[in-house]
Amino acid sequence: MAEAETKSIDSASVKMIEKAVRDGVNTAFDRAETMKPCPIGMVGSCCKHCGMGPCRVPLPKGREETPEEKQKRRGLCGATAETIAARNFIRMVAGGAAAHSDHGRGVAELFLAVAKGEAPGYEIKDEQKLLQVALDWGVEIGDRSNQEIAIDIGEIALSEFGKQEGGVLFLRRAPLKRQELWQREGVAPRGIDREIVEIMHRTHIGVDQDYRNLLKQGVRAAIADGWGGSMIATELQDILFGTPAPVLGRINLGVLKRDEVNLIIHGHEPLLSEMIVVAAQEPQMLELAKSKGANGINLAGMCCTANEILMRHGVPLAGNFLQQELALVTGAVDVMVVDIQCIMQSLTTVAECYHTKIITTAAKAKIPGAIHIEFDEHNAMESARAIVKTAIENFPNRGKNIDIPEEQTDLVAGFSHETINYLLGGIFRASYRPLNDNIINGRIRGVAGVVGCNNARVKHNENHVAMVKELIKNDVVVLQTGCSAIACAEAGLMTPEAAAKYAGEGLASVCEAVGIPPVLHLGSCVDNSRILMAATAMVKDGGLGDDISELPVAGAGPEWMSEKAISIGQYFVGSGVFTVFGVNWPTLGSNEVTEFLFKDFEAIYGGMWAFEPDPIKAAHLMIDHIDKKRKALGIDKARERVLYDMAMRRELT
Amino acid sequence: MSKIIASAAIRGAYKIIDQAEKKWQEAMDRWGANEPVGFPNTAYYLPVIYGILGVKVEKLGDMESVLKRCKSLLPPPVRENCPLPYLAPALDAGMATFFAEELLEAIRYLEQPDFYTKQEDPTDTNIWLGAADDVILRKRGIEFVDGTAPGFAAILGAAPTNEIAVKIAQDIQKSNLYTFMCAEHNGERFAEQLVEAGVQIGWPTRLVSFGPDVTAAVFAAGFAIRVGFTFGGIGPGEYRKHLIYNKDRCFAFAMPLGYVTDEWYANALGCVNFGFPTIADTPIPEILPTGVCTYEHVISNVPHDKIVSRAVEVRGLKVAAAEVPVPVAFGPAFEGERVRKGEWYLECGGNYTPMVEWVTTKRMDELEDGKVEVIGPEITDVPEESRLPLAIAVEVAGREMEEDYEPILERQIHHSINYAQGIWHIGQRDIAWLRITKAAFNKGFRLHHIGALYHAKMHQDFGRIFDKIQVTLYTEEDKVKEIVEKARAVYGSRDARIEGMTDETTDTYYSCTLCQSFAPNHVCVITPEKTGLCGSYNWMDCKAAYEINPTGPNQPVEKGEIIDAKLGQWKGVNEFIYKASRGNLDYYNMYSIVHDPWTTCGCCECVAAVLPLCNGVMTVNREYAGETPCGMKFTTLAGTVGGGISTPGFIGHGKYNICQRKFMSADGGIKRMVWMPKMLKEEIADRLKARAEEVGVPDLPDMIADETVGTTEEEILPFLQEKGHPALEMESLLG
Repeated sequence: MAEAETKSIDSASVKMIEKAVRDGVNTAFDRAETMKPCPIGMVGSCCKHCGMGPCRVPLPKGREETPEEKQKRRGLCGATAETIAARNFIRMVAGGAAAHSDHGRGVAELFLAVAKGEAPGYEIKDEQKLLQVALDWGVEIGDRSNQEIAIDIGEIALSEFGKQEGGVLFLRRAPLKRQELWQREGVAPRGIDREIVEIMHRTHIGVDQDYRNLLKQGVRAAIADGWGGSMIATELQDILFGTPAPVLGRINLGVLKRDEVNLIIHGHEPLLSEMIVVAAQEPQMLELAKSKGANGINLAGMCCTANEILMRHGVPLAGNFLQQELALVTGAVDVMVVDIQCIMQSLTTVAECYHTKIITTAAKAKIPGAIHIEFDEHNAMESARAIVKTAIENFPNRGKNIDIPEEQTDLVAGFSHETINYLLGGIFRASYRPLNDNIINGRIRGVAGVVGCNNARVKHNENHVAMVKELIKNDVVVLQTGCSAIACAEAGLMTPEAAAKYAGEGLASVCEAVGIPPVLHLGSCVDNSRILMAATAMVKDGGLGDDISELPVAGAGPEWMSEKAISIGQYFVGSGVFTVFGVNWPTLGSNEVTEFLFKDFEAIYGGMWAFEPDPIKAAHLMIDHIDKKRKALGIDKARERVLYDMAMRRELT
Repeated sequence: MSKIIASAAIRGAYKIIDQAEKKWQEAMDRWGANEPVGFPNTAYYLPVIYGILGVKVEKLGDMESVLKRCKSLLPPPVRENCPLPYLAPALDAGMATFFAEELLEAIRYLEQPDFYTKQEDPTDTNIWLGAADDVILRKRGIEFVDGTAPGFAAILGAAPTNEIAVKIAQDIQKSNLYTFMCAEHNGERFAEQLVEAGVQIGWPTRLVSFGPDVTAAVFAAGFAIRVGFTFGGIGPGEYRKHLIYNKDRCFAFAMPLGYVTDEWYANALGCVNFGFPTIADTPIPEILPTGVCTYEHVISNVPHDKIVSRAVEVRGLKVAAAEVPVPVAFGPAFEGERVRKGEWYLECGGNYTPMVEWVTTKRMDELEDGKVEVIGPEITDVPEESRLPLAIAVEVAGREMEEDYEPILERQIHHSINYAQGIWHIGQRDIAWLRITKAAFNKGFRLHHIGALYHAKMHQDFGRIFDKIQVTLYTEEDKVKEIVEKARAVYGSRDARIEGMTDETTDTYYSCTLCQSFAPNHVCVITPEKTGLCGSYNWMDCKAAYEINPTGPNQPVEKGEIIDAKLGQWKGVNEFIYKASRGNLDYYNMYSIVHDPWTTCGCCECVAAVLPLCNGVMTVNREYAGETPCGMKFTTLAGTVGGGISTPGFIGHGKYNICQRKFMSADGGIKRMVWMPKMLKEEIADRLKARAEEVGVPDLPDMIADETVGTTEEEILPFLQEKGHPALEMESLLG
């Protein structure tokens, strides 16, 4: 096998890795070879929270540690390996929760500006969802205009971040039993920012030094992310840009076009990209492109921005996290515009080898060597036009060294939890009943959320695709977001035809009946909040217990790498979902902390973590958990058909 | 493959909606937007459109918005490769198909007013009945409510042969279901096949020939929606409630026979919205996963001999089919058969020979259970078209048997005989009348089978109240006359005993929640002086029903402390109402129409309404389709008061109840009655006369106005004044 083929299961990526080598371009795939992860930091045994350290407290290798050794395994300040591992872990939660929530805050700011009429070009697109959020938050509807309602919602949304007491409002959407559990365990977040700040405080030298107490705060901050910052981001984005509905898309590097201006939108927020989509269709832009010898303007997305504009507009998707450098290696990208999160700084270095221009747009995310065109919500269209224009004008500068791989795959995306509700019964009979019904009757064994990043420490996309194939083969329907969704879409798992090809007989029959793929694309990584809502909808439809923790569901992040992934995992666990991660596990430096997360959490939250680098074995951990839940629900055995007589009908309420 | 079905259904929806739009455009050009349109005699406009969308289509112009809605529901065709999800859009397209079909059929009523017979039976020249009007709906709806007809089979197309058609129809009848028929396959239609084979079709035999085209399938959907309106108390536009109601309570399914066209698929998907699955005899694709329907959505390629039982199973219905040892088919679906002159082999009773039916109680050791004797000539001893005298003497014994149950078991003779195919029976006691057809005779039916079927049916339904039953059939005139004499003496003492019972002297009343399978919030309380408002149950029936099934819909209600003796309110009754209405009501009055009267389900025989100008009350029976002085037809009235709510000024009640002493006694009783349809007055004439004499106004029947006097208060008031109607002199009814 050629070396490049060991780095990705995706042939388009392999071709570009090979081209990068030929072109003398250094990529993450090379850096993963030349630089190994720090083995002590990797397992959470390095503390650099004060100027006396960094203190390294690794476990002895290959044997049990003696009590004396354990006694000595402390930082200078006396913090034990447990404290250090827990501190590191929840600081990752804080980082992830901060990233999602700051994204949510950005959306809320734009939302309020739109409501007040201060952001030209934007509008309220989904009135139904506006009213739904108004109901959820107790905003008066009456005869008020959408604008008045939206101003209230925008103000409440912003205040969610900075509030000190009173609790995050979307918590009320959770099943009652879950809300009670959060209150009982003291993990219901008071506000969003507060819980993140408190992590930073507690993990400062000499503050919280009980790993159990630290991990509990981690749960609280993570819930503030999933049921707070992320959910605010998703809901307000839907109101502004429309709730996604099923849409046909194409995916992989093959969506780039030789004869058109290629503009890649990379990052996480849909705020500016929505405007770029509009600007790229303007006649004067198309005219300009023509004058530069291009046959059109080809927008393509990358990472989660891509997921956002794919879900809402069917804009083609060029690839996931580890394909960002490779897209540039095609030599055909005229501009890559980026906003926030998961942007490799090396993009500018790679771009130097070609004609590509990198444009940063967020005041909080700049890169030396990139052009900065700042996104201004009051003048978004102008920023968007400037970006499109830059791309068009760069088209004639393309070099001769162009190679666009032909690979591109169809996919059906756009499965919001509201859409799933519709798809299962149509306008007049919309409900989750058919899903619950087919779970109860065993055609569907359970539901898995497989999400998260790419990680250059493992073969690109391999874990995602292997795990998801194994799950659907065993009749587990898979919900996806983020780079994991992109990986499986590239492997062709997100077409309706994939059901007959890869899924077990039961799952395939349901997919065929409804006309859906066995693997459903729910959006970007903030859209993991959609999975929480889907799980809640399943609980509320009945027959599968009273809490998310009773559902036959499981979660996974098989190629995780970002702090956001840890925060997502933690809020799934805190919401009652068994969640298994791959690659490595950041608390292995402490058996106690790991044990607490993997075992004790279940008794407290009904959900717990697990670590399994082998994707097939990990899939079976999930399936075992699903089977355990099925048994507890008493749906592990075939049931007799119930025939109704009149007396039974009278009993119906 | 769901995809093939969805693709076809969406294509079919396009075709039907397209057709509707063209027809509508033509009609608009011809009649204009203000032309009234609608189905005959219904308060529910075009029912599917009204129930689902809440839109009243009264004029041609009203159809425009519906057509727009149809088009907005139409999804793009299903792509061959990598299609977008298709089930939900196909379900929407199915619903849009129903809307369009209602428009098409409404325009047909306008263009060809005589296309359908608009009655319960076919005529000699036309077998197509069209949409059920509200009279038929309410009359037949009760069978849905009490469970004698748990649902319907909507048949499209035709069976391969007439014999198979007859077999399928009979299997459906035996499952107690209605058969709704429409559409053609290879130039043949199921209803026509039955007629050719000599089967009696029409509402009375539950074989309903809706229409010749596929669009008539919407009459079945409309019937289902109106069951939700009339009995479920569901409002217009409450689409989700209508559809879930039907999924849970109306055990219907579609049965396409023959090639399934795109239009048929569109209708099938429309049905799935209602939770009605499709069971086909052709090898079409299947949709097995459950969810929108209770079980499978589409099942195909089912052999004709198994198709009905398979359909019943897929729909999730438990059929209580009677196993009765007679050589003819047996079930409530055969109750409505007619037997005309020339068709019968033997006739008994009527005005031609003496006939009597009598149930009497014996000691256990006197009887041999199941013994049936014919004393005198059997049917085989007489030639075709003979008449014989007949006494059906039934002797019953058992530890739980009480004399009070005799009339209940006796009344069952009528039902059980009529359930047999080819046997016709009306009347009771000494005015009974029986005909046995030549067809039944040829199948081997004999007089002794009457005893056998009665014995079997009584053991099934009433086995708890007796242990032994023995039947003797006398066919010799002197014997029959002897029995008549004995029976008459017993009838007299029975009547006296029942008449003597009063609410005051009885501590235990009975509830009736029989109709809660369809009207979940309604509860009847039945006292000796107030029979059930559907006319089916009196106090004694309830008592027996409770003995037979102690956990059933008839429960004893200890009336408890009196709260108001005049209005008829008791503490125990109130507590019961609260519980049985699932908290929807905490009390009502039993003796008043004005002050918080009792609630009404959709199945009442009559509705009474206050007429303020006349200071009186009118009542109208559901068979009367005309206008009434309160400004509403029966069906509108029933729609207004139904659904388990107390509506001052209006009550639903039974016909028998009119002449009971406690009927509106708090408001002045029968003396308040100022108007009723002529047909009702005639029907209850004897009892009305007796009651009028009892209250000291012997001429009252003549003082009560009817439609020949007028159908507005202004029209009838001078008549009442002229006759000196007592209501005019009574204290103001509205206080």
